[in-house]
Amino acid sequence: MPSFVIDEKCDGCKGGDKTACMYICPNDLMVLEPNSMKAYNQEPDQCWECFSCVKICPTQAIEVRGYADFVPLGSSIMPMLGTEDVMWTCQFRNGLIKRFKFPIRTTPEGQANAYLDLKGQDIEGPLLATEEADGKELCAPDPAQLV
Amino acid sequence: MALPNKPLGELIAVKDPEIEEREVDVLIVGGGMAACGTAFEVKKWLGDDQTVLLCDKAAMERSGAVAQGLSAINTYIGENSVEDYVRMVRNDLMGIVREDLIYSLGCHVDDSVHLFEEWGLPIWKLSEEGKNLDGKKGQKVGTLKGGAKPVRTGKWQIMINGESYKRIVAEAAKLAIGEENILERCFIVELLLDANNENQIAGAVGFSLRENIVYIIKCKTMMVACGGAVNIYQPRSVGEGKGRAWYPVWNAGSTYTMCMKVGAELSMMENRFTPARFKDGYGPVGAWFLLFKAQTLNGLGEAFAGSDAAKAELENYAPYGTAAITPTCLRNHLMLFEMKEGRGPIMMDTVSALAKLGETMSKKELKHLESEAWEDFLDMTCGQANLWCAQDCEPEKKNSEVMPTEPYLLGSHSGCCGLWTSGPDLDWVPDAYKIKADNGKVYNRMTTVNGLFTAGDGVGCSGHKFSSGSHAEGRLVAKMMVRYAKDHADFTPSLAQSNEELVDLVYKPVRTYLEHCSYTTAVDINPNYLKPKGMMYRMMKATHEYGAGTATFYQTSNKSLEIVMDLLQTMREDCEKLAASDLHELMRAWEIYHRIWTVESHLRHIQFRKETRYPGFYYQSDHPGQDDENWFCFVNSKYDPKEGKWDIFKKDYIKIFTD
Repeated sequence: MPSFVIDEKCDGCKGGDKTACMYICPNDLMVLEPNSMKAYNQEPDQCWECFSCVKICPTQAIEVRGYADFVPLGSSIMPMLGTEDVMWTCQFRNGLIKRFKFPIRTTPEGQANAYLDLKGQDIEGPLLATEEADGKELCAPDPAQLV
Repeated sequence: MALPNKPLGELIAVKDPEIEEREVDVLIVGGGMAACGTAFEVKKWLGDDQTVLLCDKAAMERSGAVAQGLSAINTYIGENSVEDYVRMVRNDLMGIVREDLIYSLGCHVDDSVHLFEEWGLPIWKLSEEGKNLDGKKGQKVGTLKGGAKPVRTGKWQIMINGESYKRIVAEAAKLAIGEENILERCFIVELLLDANNENQIAGAVGFSLRENIVYIIKCKTMMVACGGAVNIYQPRSVGEGKGRAWYPVWNAGSTYTMCMKVGAELSMMENRFTPARFKDGYGPVGAWFLLFKAQTLNGLGEAFAGSDAAKAELENYAPYGTAAITPTCLRNHLMLFEMKEGRGPIMMDTVSALAKLGETMSKKELKHLESEAWEDFLDMTCGQANLWCAQDCEPEKKNSEVMPTEPYLLGSHSGCCGLWTSGPDLDWVPDAYKIKADNGKVYNRMTTVNGLFTAGDGVGCSGHKFSSGSHAEGRLVAKMMVRYAKDHADFTPSLAQSNEELVDLVYKPVRTYLEHCSYTTAVDINPNYLKPKGMMYRMMKATHEYGAGTATFYQTSNKSLEIVMDLLQTMREDCEKLAASDLHELMRAWEIYHRIWTVESHLRHIQFRKETRYPGFYYQSDHPGQDDENWFCFVNSKYDPKEGKWDIFKKDYIKIFTD
């Protein structure tokens, strides 16, 4: 189900510091054509349909068309990625529309606690740094369950 | 129109790229869950004078197997015992696993899950009334670390709202290691041994996917965690749909090939995974079995898996087949039996399952249930949701077909191929499972090459770690690498090859292309070279037909293996003539090279193991059935980089935990 770029909507991320779809595609498929300043999927048969490019595109210029070899035409699924939720609009071939909203994260973006000040103590010991800080002891096999 | 005999692609490759040299103490190759674990942990142990660098082929925010998200965390120990976790993994993988590695992982995995929740991953909780609360509502009942109960589907899995799982984990990883220590879009393609110290890792080479730059990186110690191997067999969909692999299509076997080529010992490469999934879309079935309690039916509408005939067949594989949870390969085995007997196709009975659940639920609860079913796809396999839409399939009204996929190689899911690594240096771990480095010390998860570590899909003989376990394993490795670098503070890595030799190695497909492309009028057809795409089809055809692919219902034989080994040998030779005109194609050239070496190692192991250990995953027709007397052991192999030869041998299995 390869992603495609709608000509009219793509502005090549002119105003941004990077071409968003090209930055994000895990398989290096999205590229910018420098003359038209528009992006395209350079290898549609290697698209994993992960929707990373669809979700990141600032102009909603990218959608997905089902794989020609087994997906009938006429349906679509489109995500709208917010800061806390993702909204999906799923349109069936017969016109039926279903909408779903799912949480995606419970903290503000960019503020994950990386424990920047935490330093491990015992490099020879078996514990991870946060386990040490929590005063955890390494679990040990129950002797009765050892062969 | 001009003749199509000029380089194609937007980022054209040039004959002489720039060279960028780096030298660090610790090098992390990969950017998925395992590498994110390493990135999070490493600076907590790193000394002020020590340095680290992470190279990811893609962008960490969406790289690796969790790029599009996940609907569950499959390994969370919680209220269970780690000993039972070992037993579950051992049973699913037909008895032959490294119990020390599995136990060691089980001790740390929950700490990573607790971090994910702290970072913002929504985890479902059970309310006091026993109702499911999604990750947002579930916050009200507290955190897992604080004792709140997760929603279990099966004994080991917990449900999440995981669309942004990888983004969240990568965010913490990047903050922890620092942007200045990350090279994204840098594809490492070969590892390098030290010029002076035997069997010591000293660096790696790779290239940028954005500029004509070759990276030559020296290090004291390194972790390679680049996932498993996908599209090494012809997939069931061969057009656009071959991108819809079950596992990430960009996993090219790089972990196994790169480590193998510097002489690291591989283990259980014969093991593979052919998951049964919703046909073509490859959406997950786990929630349908475990959360919605659905059954699979054969073409006659019979629930074949519970039949007397099925039970009798499972008896043949006791104790694994008769355990409470049937091993994954045997579930496939039963399905394939129906198909071969003409009783296919296999259907997931979603209609009856949802109707039955509806009997005890309010309308509102039913609506929520429907939403959960769709979220299961939308969080991790968006394309399956679109396939249902395109087929006008509402699961409460129409059943869907289930089918075993093409084979995959991996070490973190329900498979266990990978590198032979050291267990932890603890007294209950057998000495045979400890690998001593040159200084006599044992470093958990170090391969047989000094200073070279792996994690996630790379560690063999210990499946079922999944996303959370891979992260925890990456963290363990971070600490071990820093310890290794400290213990080897006096070691200065030096490379045997000159910079020019290394550039020639990495950019060989570009140079081959530029030398010959003007000879013909169209770049794709030229007698002097082969494009990676052509080589990919050649490999897929050979493995599909002879190497127990879907063409033969996963069967192979001595003679077939002999033929495919010949074909692969020729392919490796012809890889010397791969050609690439742009940076993207150069990546494809190296990926197909990695895939060919990896799948050859897989088949070499199948050829050596003279039994059928994993019926349902593959069948060795000349050696049907399990032969515990001769083959209840690991199969390990080692490539000698100096001699260019393989050695393959048995390694003793040691049972650590009681039944």
